[in-house]
Amino acid sequence: MTIEVRIPTILRPLTSGEKLVSAQGATLQEVVNDLELNYPGISERLIDESGLRRFINIYVNDEDVRFLSGLQSAIGENDSITILPAVAGG
Amino acid sequence: MRFDSLLDSVGHTPLVGLPRLSPSADVRLWAKLEDRNPTGSVKDRAALAMILDAERRGVLTPGATLLEPTSGNTGISLAMVAKQRGYQLVCVMPENTSVERAQLLAIWGAKVIYSPAAGGSNEAVRVAKGLAAENPDWVMLYQYGNPANALAHYENTGPELLADLPAITHFVAGLGTTGTLMGVGRFFRENKPDVSIIAAEPRYGELVYGLRNLDEGFIPELYDETLLTTRFSVGPRDAVKRTRELLELEGIFAGVSTGAILHAALGIAAKAVAAKESADIAFIVCDGGWKYLSTGVYEGTLDEAEDAIDGQLWA
Repeated sequence: MTIEVRIPTILRPLTSGEKLVSAQGATLQEVVNDLELNYPGISERLIDESGLRRFINIYVNDEDVRFLSGLQSAIGENDSITILPAVAGG
Repeated sequence: MRFDSLLDSVGHTPLVGLPRLSPSADVRLWAKLEDRNPTGSVKDRAALAMILDAERRGVLTPGATLLEPTSGNTGISLAMVAKQRGYQLVCVMPENTSVERAQLLAIWGAKVIYSPAAGGSNEAVRVAKGLAAENPDWVMLYQYGNPANALAHYENTGPELLADLPAITHFVAGLGTTGTLMGVGRFFRENKPDVSIIAAEPRYGELVYGLRNLDEGFIPELYDETLLTTRFSVGPRDAVKRTRELLELEGIFAGVSTGAILHAALGIAAKAVAAKESADIAFIVCDGGWKYLSTGVYEGTLDEAEDAIDGQLWA
């Protein structure tokens, strides 16, 4: 199962500049693990010992994973994942 | 309706049904028309509340200068209130905002200092904090961390919604300072805890997320995620599409952030229909479309509109 992951500008040095990459996994944690295999160093930019990093937001089909099951959120066929830094609005 | 002054007329906005966008007789959408406030946006509530609160606390003295980082609407609201109450206002605004916002700020007598487009409101906050340190006599009300912002919605917006729609099941609003969602969310947690609180967060073009490192990320001090049921990120294409549908089907001429909120509300409505549940979903119309005419979002194809607002702070 191949999942599309959108990478924010700030993490693209790790993906050779690619803004859209593919990964595999049935949960978000598995997807991050798979990303790490192809793009070493990306995992620690997203996750620390307490889980998802404070200024990182990850969305599965536009829904914030913090309100799903966090890193254990289920990922299905045709789902899209978007990673964004937390920025100010208003 | 009669009021002693313009400031007394803030709030008490209409809640209107959307017969054509509501998916069924049992799943209904309701729009709270915050564009009916004095400067035409929901921010009049927070601006008035923050200034009155600062006066009560003795922080604001006659003739004082206010300073605020704002992508526009809060600044316009503060400028209107400041003018009535005898204060000067300096706004720090990202340069990638619509020209109408700067024009309106000038009309109400505010001074604008621009912050760089890259980094969006993060940069405006950073520049404003620097100016505050250099000008200790200026008063920064700081909408992102000022409890009076959320309190305005706890004391007014929430109770207005419950009074007008006792059967409310869902509330949807935009996530910027988080003031609307935190205030209304806390009100419903205490008064009707089964109401779902849904955030629609605008997803801008890449320029806005152009941080130098992740430590520059920003989460408003007001934000308490336990008050939210869920949170959606809505991109410009969906936001523009829904802004146009709201105009086409229901005659409501709203700004683009409202389109993002409507997109989330329609997603919730579709889930309720699929689950064969009834729902009364209220959402915020943040402002009218007037300030966005120059951006081109109401003209041409969706592709053209999406291109036109790429890199802009459209919410």
